[in-house]
Formats: sequence, structure tokens, C-alpha cells
Amino acid sequence: MDSVTSDARTSQGADARTPLGAQADNGLKIVVVGGFGVGKTTLVRSVSEIRPLNTEETMTQAGAAVDDISEVRGKSATTVAFDFGRITLDARNVLYLFGAPGQERFWFLWDRLFSGTLGAVVLVDTRRIDDSWYAIDRLEHHGTPFIVACNDFGGSAHTPAQIREALDLDPKVPLLDCDARSRESSKRVLITLVEHLKTLYAAESALTTPELAL
Amino acid sequence: MSRPGRDDAPDRLYTLTGGRSRSAPDTPFDLVTLVVAECDPAVGMQSEHAAILRLCERPTAVVEIAAVLKLPVSITRILLSDLLAAGRVSARHPQKAALPDPDILEQVLVGLRNL
Repeated sequence: MDSVTSDARTSQGADARTPLGAQADNGLKIVVVGGFGVGKTTLVRSVSEIRPLNTEETMTQAGAAVDDISEVRGKSATTVAFDFGRITLDARNVLYLFGAPGQERFWFLWDRLFSGTLGAVVLVDTRRIDDSWYAIDRLEHHGTPFIVACNDFGGSAHTPAQIREALDLDPKVPLLDCDARSRESSKRVLITLVEHLKTLYAAESALTTPELAL
Repeated sequence: MSRPGRDDAPDRLYTLTGGRSRSAPDTPFDLVTLVVAECDPAVGMQSEHAAILRLCERPTAVVEIAAVLKLPVSITRILLSDLLAAGRVSARHPQKAALPDPDILEQVLVGLRNL
């Protein structure tokens, strides 16, 4: 199936809304990116305090205020749908998890989603590792920190070392197995990402002349 | 403005926003900007504006408003810009910095571990 709206189970139930606390004032973003059917929405659902919601963004050339807009010149408006969930972290901080399609033709959506994001989780189906190359390439291009989580579909014939090699992954990028259906496992994925961010930024702020990838 | 009985055809969306298809390029509304109503819905208000005000009695993210109203994010941003300009909502924008505040990261970590 072609469409990212394919997860019809996501619902819009306005009546079932769980409102945020009145003091909430800082929205944070983490993006979960991966190929179709890899379990992005499943992961979001297993940790979200609301049923994953679905919305769409209409992208036009002029709306794509990004550094490499030249790549889309000639394209007209495109609509892309994405899922998201929410985690209230404390009275003020609210984390939003976005499930973003990993295919090449959706890169312009990522630009919008990645803007200001803490970091990304690349969710990999080890039976279809190829689906992840493009996402990793774009994340590296954007300088968006990420980790790789291999969703366990049972019967992965690959060792972590093999997957790391197949993805040509920087040794510093954490890679872990997960079960996107499990709340604990999905929590572990998010914690691994944030711990990675802490390590990363502690190292960067220690540099006298930081070289930030733009 | 919007005629009842119309479906989600694009012309409906244009009608909602008075023909505008995008907000100013420097729109302050991030996907996770939290919007708070500063007044009650009033009679005669555009129905989408009224719906946003009801929704935002408590802080509500732009992306959630779009999902609940079943409107594209870009259209939602335009409606929010109008409400903001009229002083009917306030916006709590995400903290933006080149590097995340280590304190915030620690708070995220604590929050996740407590899930």
C-alpha cells in the first residue's frame, strides 16, 4: 500500500480527549521514522497516553522552507498524513511522538517534522533493512541525532553487528532490539535516545569550536 | 462562510481561510506549540474559531487541534494566526535552541522513566 494514511485504526475521537494540565507550556518532539509496516504507529501507541491521532500537512514549494529546497522545484502541493501520540512528562513538559514515513518521497515532510525535534528513532525491520538507508542518510544530512531500534518480528537471522554493518552505522549511534507492542520495550527505546542525546550534547558543549552539522 | 453539507473538498478549506492557503512564512506556530483560549466562543464566530476556543480551554498542541478538527496543519495554522492576532488565544511556543537545554533533557529522561 502506498499511502501513509493506511493505518485506519487511528481514530480522531474528540470526545475521548485527555486534556493536558493547565501548566503545560513546553512541547517537545521525537520522530519515529521507518518504512511501511515496520511498526511506527504500534510503538507510538504503546507509550502514548492518547490513542494515536492522524493528521495531514499540505506541503507546497513555498511552504518547504528548507536548505535544500532545490530538490523539490517543480513540485506542486502534496499532502502527507502522519500519526502522532503524546506523553505528559511532568507539569510543564509534554512529549509528542511523530510517526513519519521513511520513503524518499516524503523527505519534505521530515524537514517540517524534524525542525526542532530532540531526535529520531529509526525503526528497522531486519528482514527489510534496505528500507532504512534513506532515512538514515537524511537524518545524517540534517544533523538530527538518532538511534536505531530493530523491531522484533521474530526470526531475525541477523546479529546486531551484521545490522550495524549493513546500515553502515556510525559506531557511536546506539542500536537496540525492541518489541514495539511492548510499552516497557518502547519506553526503553525512547530512554536510549534521550541518553544518547545527553552524551552527544555533553561532548559537543565541551568542544571549544563546535562544528554543528546544518 | 462555510456552507453546511460540504465535504472536505479543497474549496472548503479555502473558504475557511478567506482564500489563504498558507500563513506567513514566519508563522510562530510549531506543530507542538501549545495553544490556550483567552476567551469563550461567541455567537457569530466562525465555527472553526469557536471549536478551537472550546478545544483550547486547556493547553492543546497545534497538531492535536488539526487532528480533532480534521483540518490540514497548514489551514489550522492560519486559523490560529487569526485568533492570536485578535487576542483570543495565547501561544506557548516550544523552547528553541541550537542545542537542547541539558536540564530539559534530564526532565525528559525522568518523565520517561516514571512512565
